[in-house]
Amino acid sequence: MAQVLVGTRKGLFVLEVERARGACRIDGPHFLGQVVNHAVLDPRDGRTLLAAVKAGHLGPTVFRSDDTGRSWQEASRPPAFAKAAPGEDGESVSHVFWLTPGHASEPGRWYAGTSPQGLFVSLDAGRAWEPVEGFNAHRDRRKWIGGPQDAPPDGGTLHSINVDPSDARHLYIGMSGGGVFESRDHGATWSPLNRGVAADFLPDPEAEYGHDPHCLRLHPATGEAWQQNHCGIYRLDRAGNRWQRIGASMPAEIGDIGFPIVLHPRDPSTAWVFPMDGGTVWPRVPIGGRPAVYRTRDGGASWERQDRGLPAEQGWLTVKRQAMSVDDGDPAALYFGTTSGEVFASFDEGDSWSSLCRHLPHIYSVEAATAR
Amino acid sequence: MKVLLPTPLADYTGHRREVEAHGATLEELFDDLDGRFPGLRFRVVDEQGAIRPHIKVFVNRVQADGLAVTLCADDEVLVVAALSGG
Repeated sequence: MAQVLVGTRKGLFVLEVERARGACRIDGPHFLGQVVNHAVLDPRDGRTLLAAVKAGHLGPTVFRSDDTGRSWQEASRPPAFAKAAPGEDGESVSHVFWLTPGHASEPGRWYAGTSPQGLFVSLDAGRAWEPVEGFNAHRDRRKWIGGPQDAPPDGGTLHSINVDPSDARHLYIGMSGGGVFESRDHGATWSPLNRGVAADFLPDPEAEYGHDPHCLRLHPATGEAWQQNHCGIYRLDRAGNRWQRIGASMPAEIGDIGFPIVLHPRDPSTAWVFPMDGGTVWPRVPIGGRPAVYRTRDGGASWERQDRGLPAEQGWLTVKRQAMSVDDGDPAALYFGTTSGEVFASFDEGDSWSSLCRHLPHIYSVEAATAR
Repeated sequence: MKVLLPTPLADYTGHRREVEAHGATLEELFDDLDGRFPGLRFRVVDEQGAIRPHIKVFVNRVQADGLAVTLCADDEVLVVAALSGG
């Protein structure tokens, strides 16, 4: 039975998916009425779940489960910025937005990204969190992230925390706004990594930072980086430092605007995106009301439309940056959740799709936890 | 002293809306509450020591502007959390 974690505006739902029948049982809601921006299973032990939770106007927190969601305990010290010195302007975490397990060689280590843009680490499987001061206290951080006018409507976010599969100390983060940054020393020092990425909202075509990556993923085998940016789809061969706009090969009438991107668990040339309308006022819904996933199998040189089983017309659904996921099954299963509360699944690597469940709250995140 | 808490904090207190707590200031009172109901303070007070937006704390029906407000043993503290956002 595959397990899929669905974080929503009103709680967490755990889907128990029977792949052979394309059917699922819904467990939940957990944390009813509370915003769950992200929930992730620890692949290193297969049973620890972490969930980023915020209730209304109360302070943000992280809950953890040691028994795949049967019971939950709140973190003893949730992510929080360091207390400012007297007279200085301190910051407060609004919500925890992203959770990432650490490297396979570092059991118990987790990272969290927040709004406003902050990076936090736990060394005890999510019980206590500490600021990564190499980033949070970096003298250029406020310059990198800009002001309120640079942030999305729900506030600036630090997301897409990725750990290089070949080097536990090599970290990548994405920030909206701010761009992609990397650290090669466990977060002690950071460098921008945005060369070649468009930022149509900045006057400098070669801006060093200030970009808006929507979703950044590292391939688990090669460590190659891919991103769906506010301004296109990109791939970065780590032999170099300049992103290539592989979205340029998308059909012109579709374009390369969207939020999520997911990578094949084994094939380093295969990825999927969910294009959205980036014309005029940026409706950010499927182009023409006809939702489709696009897949590349050649590293972005070409893309194929995959819409079998999705609404053929009048399908005005939106898929957020954390709301698309792929498992490590063979063939890989794909899932995406919509802001209208529906989860679609494909068990043949995107060739066909079916609705797995409907009528959930506004979906923020979808994570394929286990493939079987 | 008597402390009245809103329903969003009920999970921390075993669903008791009224609890007893001690402290010479609101700062000490929330530390005392957090000792007995771990996690409660951070849901109401942020890491900079400020009462969170959309949450109000009243002492004897007078709104407190911060945690430095002094308290007496027979004071009544009321915590109110806005329910808004749809």
